[in-house]
Amino acid sequence: MSKNNEKISSARILQIINTVIRHKLFIPIAFLVSLLLLNVFINPGFLRITLGKDSAGNPVLIGNLINILSNATELVILAIGMTLVTASSKGQDISVGAAVAIVGGVIMRVLCGNETQPSTLHAPVLLALLLGCLAGMACGAFNGMLVSRFQIQPMVATLILFTAGRSIASMAMGGLKPKAASAFGCYGNFIPGFPVPTPILITIAMIAMTCVILKKTNLGLYTKAVGINDKAASLNGLHPKRIKFLTFIIMGFCVGIAGFVQASRVQTVNPYTIVPSIEMDVILAVALGGNSLGGGKFSIKGSIIGAYTIQTLTSMLTTLNVNTNAVPVFKAVIILILVAIQTPMVSSLFHNKSSRVLISGRKERG
Amino acid sequence: MKKDSKTVSTRHSQHKLLQKQPVTDTAFLLAITILLFFTIYALSIIFLGDKGFSKIQMFFNLFNENAALIVIACGLSVVMITGSIDISVGGSTALICTSCIVCLNKHGFNFFTTLLLALLIGLIFGAVQGFLIAYLEMQPFIVTLAGMFLGRGLVALIEVNQIQVDNAAFEALSGSRILIPFLGDVNKKGIFIQSKLEYGVVVALVIVGIMFWFLKKTKLGRSFYAVGGNAQSALMLGINVKRTKFLAHLLCGLLAGIGGFLYLFHTRSGSVQQATGLEMDAIAASIIGGTLLTGGVGNIIGTLFGVLASGIVLLVVTAIGSQDPWWPQITRAAMLCFFILLQSIICSRKKKQD
Repeated sequence: MSKNNEKISSARILQIINTVIRHKLFIPIAFLVSLLLLNVFINPGFLRITLGKDSAGNPVLIGNLINILSNATELVILAIGMTLVTASSKGQDISVGAAVAIVGGVIMRVLCGNETQPSTLHAPVLLALLLGCLAGMACGAFNGMLVSRFQIQPMVATLILFTAGRSIASMAMGGLKPKAASAFGCYGNFIPGFPVPTPILITIAMIAMTCVILKKTNLGLYTKAVGINDKAASLNGLHPKRIKFLTFIIMGFCVGIAGFVQASRVQTVNPYTIVPSIEMDVILAVALGGNSLGGGKFSIKGSIIGAYTIQTLTSMLTTLNVNTNAVPVFKAVIILILVAIQTPMVSSLFHNKSSRVLISGRKERG
Repeated sequence: MKKDSKTVSTRHSQHKLLQKQPVTDTAFLLAITILLFFTIYALSIIFLGDKGFSKIQMFFNLFNENAALIVIACGLSVVMITGSIDISVGGSTALICTSCIVCLNKHGFNFFTTLLLALLIGLIFGAVQGFLIAYLEMQPFIVTLAGMFLGRGLVALIEVNQIQVDNAAFEALSGSRILIPFLGDVNKKGIFIQSKLEYGVVVALVIVGIMFWFLKKTKLGRSFYAVGGNAQSALMLGINVKRTKFLAHLLCGLLAGIGGFLYLFHTRSGSVQQATGLEMDAIAASIIGGTLLTGGVGNIIGTLFGVLASGIVLLVVTAIGSQDPWWPQITRAAMLCFFILLQSIICSRKKKQD
């Protein structure tokens, strides 16, 4: 009897382990945790967070974790938009870096006018934010129109803005590199007197907003439906074109917010070097989060975890004194391994026996 | 019943018409590109003649500057025809330049061993990416994105600073030019100067010729089109789809190796930021030349003219020359946009006829 019980319980444990391993978010979370452990191993004080004072004497939180959370803001916000775009249009938007540059350029132009170093802001920050978001959404609308109306592959459609974006940003700033007054800096750094970096608050707000929208509206469901099969979606009364367009507009809004935070960090924008190759990082985050880059089902949670993972990796490599230009090597190797694990070919090698059961189980669930 | 048979027969006749449709479409796209190139060139000679456009050397310089891009764009056309894409060529070019220069300067490599090294790097990139894309069925965009990261990152691991070739024999060879008989320009002092052509251009043009023949006449070349057009039907026709995709990437890698070497031969320097955006230029040239993004349609001659057309547009924009540095990129993007839209309109028209 007892033997039988043991057998059952061990089988149960195996089953649980199997479901945990098979869970969509297992790979990103496991990767993030192991990266954090590696960081602790390298630097035992890695997780320490202290309350320090900045140069002006205001209390601020200091610590590696805070830095990672704060620096990942743009990545997380863009990853939210990119996940939706990927899910609906079966491709990625590679123009986000260029679009962030455009948003940054517009914000700088609004705040500084034609001066290079104005002592006061020329316009209220809210107006700059609004116009920045509008610029981002205009970029999104351009891409979205090409993808939905003209049915061009997203990667190619966004290639246009990718090529032109940074030059357009330079044009928007009139070739100047103005530095805004320091009052603008609180959105990318600290609000005086409040110890938590503002970008973290913005991230939380964006994530909360996304959650509410996905909970309260059918956006998530419709996006999935269009991504899985747009003809079937259209037969069910959806407008695939409109939904694709909408996801690109949302992407544009995310770009607007990300550009705003990025511009506020140092209060200046160099359109040619701002957020270098962030599009690659964002796509990596989406892939890391267990999302299929071929569209369909998506997990915003996964993408967000993926974004934090990328940021952790970047900051770890930086603390190890790896040349900034050499960081991509590690990212490249990691992305190749991760995507290779997710391919059906390799996973069938690992789970030769159980795969059939799992596939049938998935079909039942899905 | 009668109605049904009628619709079937009309469909059948339409189908016959359609069989010729793709050919005319490619010819149409090709014609537009060639026409665009010559129109811009003629206009620039008329209106900007005093800025050097009337010189014959200008025409040859167009080739001199773009020899590497022509070869790399040929490789991209091949993968795009097969329905895949490769954005790692810029990264591999930077890697080839830097590693070749390091070997030339410090390890006593000569011209031929350097060439071999360049080809080897290109082939390794092509083979690994091709294997991952074709046999493991990973997304081409992601795989080659990683390749691009890897290429540029490895450059930084080899050498962080910008380096120059320091090898007398290599420099002498790359500095030499072919003098074109009977063609040339008279300079301000009234002295006749013969036009000069770099050796790289000859290589590039030979490769364009070979690739043209290869894609039109060989079995493998035709199967690239078949796989890109419809992988399922290609499989049913007995084409080994995976092997074909692999070979397309291998060929692209080889051409990227040659292109990278030509780039080195032309610039004689290497840095991390070298050849940034080269992959986009090459893709743009292929698209402008009439290679469909969806695969299955494309022409190497079109690609050649795509490179030349975007080259001349850039020259004109720089010559019209306000000091604003943003116009060349924006013009290039506008041109790309125009051709992508044109392709899309042609494709949707074809679908409607279906």
